[in-house]
Amino acid sequence: MRTAGREIIAEEVQLSREEIRRYGRHLIMPEVTLAGQQKLKAASVLLIGMGGLGSPVSLYLAAAGVGRIGLVDFDTVDSTNLQRQIIYTSQDVGRRKTDSARERIKDANPYVEVQTFDTLLRSDNAMDICGDFDIIIDGTDNFPTRYLVNDVCVLLGKPNVYGSIFRFEGQASVFAAKDGPCYRCLYPEPPPPGLVSSCAEGGVLGVLPGIVGTIQATEALKLILGIGQSLIGQLLLIDALSMQFRQLKLQKNPDCPICGNNRTIHKLIDYEQFCGVRVQATGEEQHGIPHATVQELKSRLDAGDDLLLVDVREPHEYEIVNIGAQLIPLGQLPHRVHELDSSRDIVVHCHHGGRSARAVQYLRELGFRKVWNLHGGIDAWAVEIDPSLQRY
Amino acid sequence: MPVKVLIPTPLRSYTEQQPAMSLAGTTVGDVLSELTTRYPSLYRHLYNDDGKLRSYVNVYVNGQDIRYLQKEQTRVEENDTVSIIPSIAGGRKV
Repeated sequence: MRTAGREIIAEEVQLSREEIRRYGRHLIMPEVTLAGQQKLKAASVLLIGMGGLGSPVSLYLAAAGVGRIGLVDFDTVDSTNLQRQIIYTSQDVGRRKTDSARERIKDANPYVEVQTFDTLLRSDNAMDICGDFDIIIDGTDNFPTRYLVNDVCVLLGKPNVYGSIFRFEGQASVFAAKDGPCYRCLYPEPPPPGLVSSCAEGGVLGVLPGIVGTIQATEALKLILGIGQSLIGQLLLIDALSMQFRQLKLQKNPDCPICGNNRTIHKLIDYEQFCGVRVQATGEEQHGIPHATVQELKSRLDAGDDLLLVDVREPHEYEIVNIGAQLIPLGQLPHRVHELDSSRDIVVHCHHGGRSARAVQYLRELGFRKVWNLHGGIDAWAVEIDPSLQRY
Repeated sequence: MPVKVLIPTPLRSYTEQQPAMSLAGTTVGDVLSELTTRYPSLYRHLYNDDGKLRSYVNVYVNGQDIRYLQKEQTRVEENDTVSIIPSIAGGRKV
């Protein structure tokens, strides 16, 4: 088979008696057979991100007998991961994700080789890490890494099995395959930081990455086996709330800067800069969004300053924990702005500081001068000022 | 002529959580204009400061990307479906 510009010599791979017994349900299918199972064993798949998507993808690929599985993740397991990242158990909290995932995968199938990369995927290591695998699975949650994975796959000529999730909605596709469109063909540019909610901010139904991840695993297996119609040139949209699956046709953009006719990108770039992330990271002031730290807010409150504290989260979040601020959900701000007295000093907070930054920007545009974003949100307040508060 | 407009989850907070609605118009531009008139706070999520559709918001008519049709001048007919598909990032931070 040919997935990535290099031929996998499946004939050289032998299956033991135990493996043949293990994969029996595959071997009896005419679409797989012994030859297909040998292809699976000869294949290598790299998972970028071992979270909600990477969990089911890695377990199913391992169970299916993909010979070599690579895992890239720099993080440790956190208790808020367990609602959806089913490869980890409660006992794994605090451990490196790559360590616990490797053990779980080896438990599921000892015949699989697992390679771990306990690192951030960056422009300076991505080509080396990805270069040694046939198929790349994108299970990232942020735009800089998503564009990095796309560009690496295009430059290396390796298929990028894409999945993305938000609340009840998912997307899946296969990018960067020969003659197929890439992620940049679909979305030439990322949204500016803060305009699109992340899962940490918007939430995600725990089972959704299970649905999308198993679709990614299915696509990877089909690519290796060379069977069926793949999602190349198709964007699959999944709405778990209405349980509707739709497919949109994608086209290769002739003007795409990395896979089009007149390419302007020939090597990896600075993806944080491309996505505007670094500008924000070096200080929200530069981004036009003044902020206050939780310590600054505490001192001002302790000093008895006249401050209006506004919470732009949703009522159901306010119910979990609040610090007595006036609740105006972000979506209601435009038609409730008259409730705010622009002559007072206003500090706006949310869960982590993303939505409140947008609220502050909006209020400044309307002419509010004395309004600040609470850096780190109510979560920073719970960590640094009042540990009795419920975190979520 | 009414066409069906599908609102993706990330933008539903600006449409009072409505996932779909029927709107009038003869072109995609008309329909989106009707949509942002009804929900003004949605405007800046669909259009940039120059009034152009944002590059991370794709619009499809019956599954076809309007960038490869007549863009916002793409004509719509009764019972057509207009889908707004923004980029979403979810998954795992690495």
